Amino acid sequence: MRALALITVLMVGGLLFYGLPDFPDWGDPVSPASTHLSPFYIEQGAADTHAPNVVTAVLAYYRGYDTMFEAAVIFSAGLACFFLLRTFQQKSEETRLYRHIPTGVTLRIEEGGKTPAGSEEFEPIDSHWVPYDMIINMTCRLIVPFVQLFALYVIAHGHYSPGGGFQGGVLFGAAIILFAISHDLRSVFRRLQEKAVMFLSAVGVLIYAGTGVVCLVLGGNFLDYSFLAGMLGVDAVMARSHGILIIEIGVGLAVMAVMVMLYYNLSSAGRHDEGL
Amino acid sequence: MTAHYSALLIVVPLVVAFMVTIAGWIDKRWCFPLSAAALLATFLASVGVLAEVQQNGVVEYFMAGWEPPVGINLRVDHLNGIVLVAIAAVALLNLLGTRPIVEKTYADRLGAFYTLYILLVTGLLGITATGDAFNLYVLIEIAALTGYALIGMGPGRASLSSLNYLFMGTVGASLYLLGVGYLYLATGTLNMVDLAARLPEIYDSRLVLSAFILCLAGLCLKMGFFPLHAWLPNAYAHAPSPVSSLVAPLVTKVMIYVMVRVMLTVFTPVFAFERLQLGGSMVWLAVIAIVAGSFLALSTRRLKRMLTFIIVAEVGYMVGGFWLGNRAGISGAILHIVNDAAMTFCVFLAAAAIQQRNEGETIDDLQGLFAKMPVTMAVFVVGGLSIIGVPPTCGFFSKWYLISGGLAAGHYGFVAALLFSSLINLVLFFRIFEIAFFEPFTDHHGGHGHGGEGVHGVAIEEAPLQMLVVMVTAAVMLFALGLYAGDIVEGFVTHVIPAGIL
Amino acid sequence: MEAILSSFLTKYNYWVFIGLVMIGLYALIAKRNLVKKIIGMNIAQTAVILFYVSIGAKQGSTIPILDSSHGHDAHHAVQAIDYINPLPHVLMLTAIVVSVATLGVALALAIKVYQQYGTLEEDEIQAQIDKT
Repeated sequence: MRALALITVLMVGGLLFYGLPDFPDWGDPVSPASTHLSPFYIEQGAADTHAPNVVTAVLAYYRGYDTMFEAAVIFSAGLACFFLLRTFQQKSEETRLYRHIPTGVTLRIEEGGKTPAGSEEFEPIDSHWVPYDMIINMTCRLIVPFVQLFALYVIAHGHYSPGGGFQGGVLFGAAIILFAISHDLRSVFRRLQEKAVMFLSAVGVLIYAGTGVVCLVLGGNFLDYSFLAGMLGVDAVMARSHGILIIEIGVGLAVMAVMVMLYYNLSSAGRHDEGL
Repeated sequence: MTAHYSALLIVVPLVVAFMVTIAGWIDKRWCFPLSAAALLATFLASVGVLAEVQQNGVVEYFMAGWEPPVGINLRVDHLNGIVLVAIAAVALLNLLGTRPIVEKTYADRLGAFYTLYILLVTGLLGITATGDAFNLYVLIEIAALTGYALIGMGPGRASLSSLNYLFMGTVGASLYLLGVGYLYLATGTLNMVDLAARLPEIYDSRLVLSAFILCLAGLCLKMGFFPLHAWLPNAYAHAPSPVSSLVAPLVTKVMIYVMVRVMLTVFTPVFAFERLQLGGSMVWLAVIAIVAGSFLALSTRRLKRMLTFIIVAEVGYMVGGFWLGNRAGISGAILHIVNDAAMTFCVFLAAAAIQQRNEGETIDDLQGLFAKMPVTMAVFVVGGLSIIGVPPTCGFFSKWYLISGGLAAGHYGFVAALLFSSLINLVLFFRIFEIAFFEPFTDHHGGHGHGGEGVHGVAIEEAPLQMLVVMVTAAVMLFALGLYAGDIVEGFVTHVIPAGIL
Repeated sequence: MEAILSSFLTKYNYWVFIGLVMIGLYALIAKRNLVKKIIGMNIAQTAVILFYVSIGAKQGSTIPILDSSHGHDAHHAVQAIDYINPLPHVLMLTAIVVSVATLGVALALAIKVYQQYGTLEEDEIQAQIDKT
């Protein structure tokens, strides 16, 4: 296996090195890549879309079709994890574990014993010992809202600064995952059910594709936001700017939901119990 | 709306896919009708696009209204027109035919299954329709990711096989992506037509040659071209039957289409055939692939695994035919993309039906199957005859073109490999027919049917009616494709081949 | 020797990317542990991202966010030479998402494999398969 690996690696490396002498120097401003197509985007982008961040303009408008499938890729990944891992039948175990919330004491109840189900003071847990750290809990409780706020800012400010739907969505998802890590999966399920996450991920991508379909219905080509102008009551350039914002929100929703869904399924191996 | 057919072809299934997810959570009964409606619409749109191509030539669609190279375009000509119809037809038929199995196996995750199914089809359609080299990569990944998930859900070793497929598939896609990166570095554009216009002046650059090899290697890995086929037999044989009858006919064929497209449109025959003189060695590699695939098929006694090795050999047919570099060879390769999709679908669907009723997976478990499942076995026989290449089934005609291409190019090794592989296929299928037809049915109910007409006591246990209808349709298609093979070549395939190729 | 050295100095990004591709590919093929393979795959994908982003660089330019943000006369002042090439960055946003998605599915499959065989070592899995 090692010999095979070495041969393959050397072949691929050799192939990549073979082209190297004809590479333009790194950072060469007159290389074909810098002179053929990209000047158009830089010079026209802001005028066409009111988005000074050219990357956003290209990503969400000129090459919006690519980005739609990018959102579809991440959606499929989330769905794939659900499809592969989710188990619906509950394991019936002989012994069950409960934690007494005020004291943090773990109760072990043998089969046939009386469970404190329904009591406010007890919660079911899965592993024998779950650390309960007040400092971590409190810190995360404080940080999470600010991370979420920042995520919203990143989504909304994608036209003017680095950011956009993907980055903001990942941040928002990270905030929820942080909460899940500091508490446990069950406490997240109480706030954000699996069903809701699934729904949000599909709705997010639907917003994107749906915007494209609306453009199509209004007489333009797919994803040509200028045709939204009449509906939004603005001129064509502003309509493109708004169109970008709409699809960024859709992407943000989808990415957030998928990040959470990936965490739900990977951390609990699809059982949706307490998780890590 | 006619102007938007090419976009609707991809947008309709994409949008419906997300709706199916939502429907899956609300009421599972909606999943199947929604999916079927979407794929039916897709099929009609693909036929519409093909009709338009037939009338007016190349159909272009500018996403977001921007002409390439600024925006991304869909570009449908005679070549991808027929491939699009083939994909849409197989996907629709398979969806209809496998419903009983799917609803039984994935009752608790029906929405997710159908969503992934439609997204896979969308990815394949997108790969075929797009005119942008990078967009192609994104869509390859969509088709691949959904494929890994669907395959990984199979019984037994499926998850391990799927993980290995994921490793190989990702390497293949990354190599292709690197190739596109090299091309972008050399030209500054990603659009296929624009690339073709800007490449000739730098044909001598090492960048173009490395990009060419990277793309070709990546695509060979994705299509399972021997010796890069290691992922294919395991992944397709262990996949759940409704999935293997979708991916086995379509995925490798679409990758071969991509190779044809990249070679004809991006690098153009001038570079691929004349400057590099690569044809000869690629055809010899194809000869090795055909012979090796046939031997591997002969060496296994498991039905589905045998069929996957036949695919490995068939990939060799198409790659070899294309690299012969003459009119007959390329026509044969393109015709075989469609024909092979149809006949692989036919045999895999029959295999799915057989596995549904029969517990074992080796060919020895097929005893007495002609009596038990007459229609299914009849369809299997038609599919088998087509793969062997018996007229008037479609397999004969594409093989005829391939052989005449080989003769015209003077490449007798390729001709010999084709004949040899047909012979092996003959052995493979007649071995199965013999077991299924002649050997007595050893049933515990005391069925003493020995020879002659004595099949009393063997209850007919056919596949569900829905499946039978679809299977028979697929078998009829094989004859139809055979009867109209000449028209397909005259009407579509000849327009694809550049004028310079004789 | 001097030519190689100067090539390294003017194109060191590209040298690094090739090195990373080779490392990732080696881990993907040679390692026996499935998670190590997944990590190798990710390294190779990241190397491709480095390659693309390197294409976008332009000496003496800044990030492609235009200075005079508001107002309609913005495009008069914009000179392409002042900003780096945005296209590779756009492409790589897509590629990053694809690699995250692939990673997610790969991990899900690895979990499934572990549930089935109780190990992630390839040779141990193979031994179990051979036994049955």
